[in-house]
Amino acid sequence: MDDRVILRVGTKVLSPFILLFALYVQFHGDYGPGGGFQAGVIFAAVFVLYALVFGLERAMEVMPAKVAYACGALGVALYLGVGYLSMFRGGEFLNYSYLFDPEHDPTHGQHYGIIGVELGVLVTVFGVMVALFYAFAGRRRIDT
Amino acid sequence: MTEAMVQIVDVVLLVLLAITGIAVIRTRNLFVAVMLAGIYSLVSAGLFVVMDAVDVAFTEAAVGAGISTVLLLCTLALVGYKESKPQHTPILPLFVVIVTGGALVYGTAEIPPFGEADNPAHQNVAAHYIHDSEDEIGHIPNVVTSVLASYRGYDTMGETAVIFTAMVGVLLLLSRGPLPKRVYHAGHWHKVKRGVTREDLIAEMEDEEVHDSTVVGGEDEDG
Repeated sequence: MDDRVILRVGTKVLSPFILLFALYVQFHGDYGPGGGFQAGVIFAAVFVLYALVFGLERAMEVMPAKVAYACGALGVALYLGVGYLSMFRGGEFLNYSYLFDPEHDPTHGQHYGIIGVELGVLVTVFGVMVALFYAFAGRRRIDT
Repeated sequence: MTEAMVQIVDVVLLVLLAITGIAVIRTRNLFVAVMLAGIYSLVSAGLFVVMDAVDVAFTEAAVGAGISTVLLLCTLALVGYKESKPQHTPILPLFVVIVTGGALVYGTAEIPPFGEADNPAHQNVAAHYIHDSEDEIGHIPNVVTSVLASYRGYDTMGETAVIFTAMVGVLLLLSRGPLPKRVYHAGHWHKVKRGVTREDLIAEMEDEEVHDSTVVGGEDEDG
């Protein structure tokens, strides 16, 4: 542990707000710029920041590498799941209109379908970014 | 913003972009180069904003200026920050770059003017997206999201899969997976006990090396 107090306190104070901003970017994507990809990167940035200030080991206690790997796969599965669900409901693959009763209001299904796949993108991008950072930062320099 | 102001911002950003680009090429300090590349991404993000591509600008700022800079810095921590002197003269690369650049600039003469309503890009599906997405997808004011997540759901699915594949590739190449059950060192196999970390194992091996050499030395004395 080093004595860079401003960095440590600043990181702790800022982290929840950055996470909140990531959620804002995620759910405000319907109305303005943003969406799953950007939100996932911002989410991952919090853990990268944490690792840079507090060290990789402590960051891996907060967000274990296995969880990050699982997130990377889970998001793709979620995306595919939404696609298959709309198939089982009688529509085409990824035709969200069939997620709910399409006769009544197809936009209802579209709304939830988009939320679902954006969540999948968020989870994948978050997991992959954290995993990539761990993979790069976890290696030691080999002096020959 | 008036037209003249937009043009001033354009020129300033493009000049900054050119300056950072040239500085990246000229510097031999890789740490400086990485930082300049981050600035390059940020300036590009600014250009995207000026061109009303806010979603792209957002991604560029987050990934280009943020995550990739951190990843490059991590790499520098492994390989050092000094670039060795090039072994070849830059004449041939320079020639290739000038010819390619010239061809690209020549090609821009054929590109339709930026933002014109009757550009080919706006003739086909774009009009449909803007006109009908309200009825088909629902009330999503940012049409980019409708296109990305619903109309072009397949593409976004592919992109997500590509990102996942990138993770798998990098982990295969770079990550230190679980320890093997036994390791070969100094002439014989060692069982790796449960809960032993890689650092413990390396330290143990180094200890043994010292130990082995003393034993060998002892034998020599006896002989």
